Amino acid sequence: MFSRAYKTAVTVPPLAWVAVFLLFPYALMFCYSFWSVTPAQTIVHSWNFNNYKELLQKSVYWQTLLRSMWIAARVMLFSLLLGYPLAYFLSFYAGKRKDLLYQMVIIPLWVSYLVRAYAWKTILGSDGVLNTLLQYVHLTSHPLDFLLYSPFAVALTLTHIYTPFTILPIYASLEHISRNLVEASHDLGATPAQTFWKVIFPLSIPGVVAGATFAFLLSLGDFLAPLLLGGPSGIMISNIVVSLFGAAYNWPLGAAISLGMLVIVVSLLFFSERLEKKWSFS
Amino acid sequence: MSATSAQKPTLLSIRNIAKTFGRNVVLRDVSLQIAEGEFLTILGESGSGKTTLLRIIAGFETATSGEVWMGTERLDQQPPYRRRVNTVFQNYALFPHLTVEQNVAYGLRVARRPDAEIEQRVTEALEKVKMTAHARKKPSKISGGQQQRVALARALVNRPNLLLLDEPLSALDANLRRQMQVELKSLQREVGIAFVFVTHDQEEAMVMSDRIALLRSGELEQVASPREIYSRPATAYVAQFIGHTNLLRGEVRDGVARCGSLSWRTSAADGPALFSLRPEHLRPSSVASNGTVRVTGKVLQQAFHGATSLVRVECAEGLVLVMRTSSGALAAQEVELEFSPDDAIPVRESPERA
Repeated sequence: MFSRAYKTAVTVPPLAWVAVFLLFPYALMFCYSFWSVTPAQTIVHSWNFNNYKELLQKSVYWQTLLRSMWIAARVMLFSLLLGYPLAYFLSFYAGKRKDLLYQMVIIPLWVSYLVRAYAWKTILGSDGVLNTLLQYVHLTSHPLDFLLYSPFAVALTLTHIYTPFTILPIYASLEHISRNLVEASHDLGATPAQTFWKVIFPLSIPGVVAGATFAFLLSLGDFLAPLLLGGPSGIMISNIVVSLFGAAYNWPLGAAISLGMLVIVVSLLFFSERLEKKWSFS
Repeated sequence: MSATSAQKPTLLSIRNIAKTFGRNVVLRDVSLQIAEGEFLTILGESGSGKTTLLRIIAGFETATSGEVWMGTERLDQQPPYRRRVNTVFQNYALFPHLTVEQNVAYGLRVARRPDAEIEQRVTEALEKVKMTAHARKKPSKISGGQQQRVALARALVNRPNLLLLDEPLSALDANLRRQMQVELKSLQREVGIAFVFVTHDQEEAMVMSDRIALLRSGELEQVASPREIYSRPATAYVAQFIGHTNLLRGEVRDGVARCGSLSWRTSAADGPALFSLRPEHLRPSSVASNGTVRVTGKVLQQAFHGATSLVRVECAEGLVLVMRTSSGALAAQEVELEFSPDDAIPVRESPERA
């Protein structure tokens, strides 16, 4: 057995890490969310629920939160629609090119987020690649302005950035499916399409849930894509938090929003965990 | 050929099947007929190509050359889901997200049979394998032996023309295995469907089969009934693979076989020859018998096998014979053994194959 000293040596550092970098900041945020700020912009340590009341009463926060969830839901849907077929191809049909294609899915993750977001700016802008092309082939006479600085642009960019995060768990769950089961299905008379819907897809649900969770939650908390490409109509909840902690200097309200988001995220994670467990059979 | 295959019409005909994976030859020129209602075992060591042959019949593997016919229908050009053949997989391959009942119903569901029919046939199939009580359970909640039964029910419920079984008993412990061998055999008689059973276990093959097809390095060594393959092995390999045997290497000249100091009359053709002599055909010699071949030797070792013992006897010129005896341990160190010339079966050499 391990000595007491050894056990202490291996358990204390991670616990300390969690305490210093997670529990303490959250505790601090929790306290801040019940404090308030004076018109002279000093933070008063007087405990009250005003911040939370303001959140519930002012529609701008609700609307932004709903818009953020709507954008995140679209990102999730598009990532799944793009990611699933790719993961499926990779797992079942890529053969010898599997490793190469897998690397090609991974490589974009090594490229800076900013570079990828800016790339979309040059594609979607009014003088951008897409508008120039559309005008050149006379599909449109003037630049389409909904392309950039819109929720559409944010959803598109986030889909591009987070699709690899949905591909990987789906791919992993597809790889996990015994090929014997696919053979058994064919053996019992199921066509490839029936086999997909009755065997492969149900068994890949844990990966789909994990991938969907990644895409949704990462998008929900994103603030760079809306900042760069969202324009006024594409503002997301994190942009509000950023401005409250920055220019607006209302840390208490920012903390209250952050904690609200934390509750949403944790409950979604809890839900997705249960869903994944329900569909795991190994 | 055994009685079964002579009386009943041919169901499946495997014609000159060959299979190579890259430069690796797995099957070469295998031809085999399977009769309706027959229990045929494809027996072979691992790497003999037996599973590949099964997978070619099922359609999971495409033969490099050759054909598979079922009646007048060419099978090998059809995808597995159009073949009226079902498989029981080695690891059962039950769908983990479906209950026992849903697993069994799977084939009927994808064939879009009416609900009432599905329910009735599934109920019958589960009764047949005594799994009715577990119908609502997921496969992970039942034992290996029970999974085995479900896999059987799932295949049989479709009433295939042919059932393929890929070492279905290899994951079970010895007792359950023996029990399942008996059950499987009686089930096969009951449903009357032809079974092609793959195993590496010669005892299992002997117990269950109407006929055994012995594969070695991708070629058929012998196809015959268990009794025939045991008593009339065609090659040295067959004689050694099925049960114990003594191989006597010698020469035949003018109808007389000579092996060292031993000699006996034989009907084998002249030339170098190899004979298989089963341990049970050797016995301590007695004064009364005549016309037997006699040999003296020293007892090397006695191994107790329950009902019988195997005794290793070293004779002259380094010849070691194994004798099976049911009369307990031999007291003497020096023994005289005898056998009848008829029991020395001439067999072909089994040359090494890459």
